[in-house]
Amino acid sequence: MVTEPPLETEGPARDTVAAYARRWWTDVKGGELGSLPIIVGLIIIAIVFQTQNDRFLTASNFVNLIVQTAPYAVIAMGVTFALLLGEIDLSIGFVSGVGGVLIALLVAPDGNEMATLPAFILCLAAGLGIGLLHGLIITKVGVPSFVVTLAGLLAWNGVVLLLIGSRGTVILQNDFVVGLANDFMDPGLSWVLFAVCVGLYAAVHFFTMRSRAKAGLANDPLVIVLLRIGGLAVILAIVIAVANQDRGVPYSGILVGGLFVFWTYVLTRTRFGRHVYAVGGNQEASRRAGINVDRVKILCFMFCSFMAVLGGIILASRLRSVDTNTGGGQALLYPIAAAVIGGTSLFGGRGTMKAALLGALVMISIDNGLGLLGLSSGTKFVVTGGVLLLAVSLDSISRRGRAQSGRA
Amino acid sequence: MTDTPVLELQGVSKNFGAVQALFEVDFHVSPGEVMALVGDNGAGKSTLIKCIAGIHPIDGGEIRFNGEPVSIHGPKDAARLGIEVVYQDLALCDNLDVVENMYLGRELTDGVRKLDETTMEAKARETLKGLSVTTLSSVRQTVAGLSGGQRQSVAVAKAVMWNSELVILDEPTAALGVAQTAQVLALVKRLGEQGLAVILISHNLHDIFEVADSITVLRLGQNVAEFKRTDTNQQQVVEAITAGKLSKVPGQNAEAVA
Repeated sequence: MVTEPPLETEGPARDTVAAYARRWWTDVKGGELGSLPIIVGLIIIAIVFQTQNDRFLTASNFVNLIVQTAPYAVIAMGVTFALLLGEIDLSIGFVSGVGGVLIALLVAPDGNEMATLPAFILCLAAGLGIGLLHGLIITKVGVPSFVVTLAGLLAWNGVVLLLIGSRGTVILQNDFVVGLANDFMDPGLSWVLFAVCVGLYAAVHFFTMRSRAKAGLANDPLVIVLLRIGGLAVILAIVIAVANQDRGVPYSGILVGGLFVFWTYVLTRTRFGRHVYAVGGNQEASRRAGINVDRVKILCFMFCSFMAVLGGIILASRLRSVDTNTGGGQALLYPIAAAVIGGTSLFGGRGTMKAALLGALVMISIDNGLGLLGLSSGTKFVVTGGVLLLAVSLDSISRRGRAQSGRA
Repeated sequence: MTDTPVLELQGVSKNFGAVQALFEVDFHVSPGEVMALVGDNGAGKSTLIKCIAGIHPIDGGEIRFNGEPVSIHGPKDAARLGIEVVYQDLALCDNLDVVENMYLGRELTDGVRKLDETTMEAKARETLKGLSVTTLSSVRQTVAGLSGGQRQSVAVAKAVMWNSELVILDEPTAALGVAQTAQVLALVKRLGEQGLAVILISHNLHDIFEVADSITVLRLGQNVAEFKRTDTNQQQVVEAITAGKLSKVPGQNAEAVA
């Protein structure tokens, strides 16, 4: 039995900060936690590790965190597309491995190396092709995505081994590829970028508010909007200022930021993005509404593999080499765990790019912090597993809250 | 109310293999008319609306829309004519909000292929207001948080938003409580008052006598009676549902009947 939600009057009442805060609190109590748990989690992680080892919150380690998070954040953003559909992609780890190995081999100075740009395009196209293959088998043949991508996990692992062959390890020597994760932006330029980002964000808010007011629709209170813009400005300023105390903002971090903005736009402001959520929420309803469900699914798996390849390239760049283990280990399950920790539902229809980004930051902070404490990778995996379980439990409990308030 | 029916079916038949689901059914509904379609389980109500909605092709007979013979080959054909069906399971996405659901699959975009949220929200509110759906606290809340009656209202609003001429409601009150049923029935009445043709499928005679202008009774795939609500009573309708005179007895050949 669904209970009638409390009715609120619309109009002027919504425009006060108090009413806005009250609505937010009702949502939280009703189980719509948003990014709240993960931000609390990040603060707890920072406090715990800083008290154990005062190197955790230094500028140098902060830049390390960005560099380490970047590849997993990229892969996690990709796998979010599969998770939003209620599907899964287990192959992302080794698909990222294929990306890393492919770029390393294509630009390796062995006499017949490719130019950097065509090599990049070829790798990313390979990513799209791999996703297309997965997507076609899932939609047209009807094999569950779990099985298709499990087969992919094995097969792409094999491809990594075949590509590496007897070489064992390939050292990256291409300046551009290595620079991706190991070069840093000029401090002055990073502040210009900061101004552009905050300006654009404010402009978007301003135009939205103006067009909504023109159409006679309620807007969020001005104070809240200013707080949002101010919040972004403060966070970005802290990130840039701290990073500039050390080596500067890594290019891989800027790439992650750009991808984040792009995919968030795609998911929330385009028809395709709307259809992704719709298919994840109710496939039959989407089909009846005239949405080409197969097309949406295939595109999602293509984006997933594309981002995996890109993440693999960044990872290879950070490690400056690829070997037979590329794509295994952390690249396999960290991204899925990151998306889920961030609050993306495995049942589809709920999740954001922000979840992937913050989730990856949590995973890597734990990994990095435990490393600073000199703990073994055994301990790392146990702790990370515990955090994943905790995050999903929190999601389940909050979902129970939603069910009780009729939002299941 | 004009004399030309919006939708007119003449002698429509439909077979599934050896099973004759519909046999020479005549049916019509006019603008501003709420036509109830009743019958026992297996009488062919669902098959009939699926034929109208283009999900099943018809095997015989003719469908006329606004007097013109039409052939409906798929849900898209039906939608193009202005026929919208609200299915029993509503076909809403729980994770999307009211506006997103109402525009699902037909989202408006602006010049740069960006979703035009402002226009969509304004128009959705207008449509809901036109139907006097006032119980929603916000059109930006997710459908999951709505009551059964509110969900039904959203599904109906979604159907009438597209300049549709004929709205088919499949058991709209089946899963609802008393207050919510009243809410939905009032909505059905308003659809008729706005000049739309409405086909209402229901098992609940009480509901039907509250809102329908006319009642068509199906029995074993044939239409056995048609009543004006004002000229009949529940007793007569029940008799027609259970024992209406058939022109053809199932299981016998047409020759045997002739």
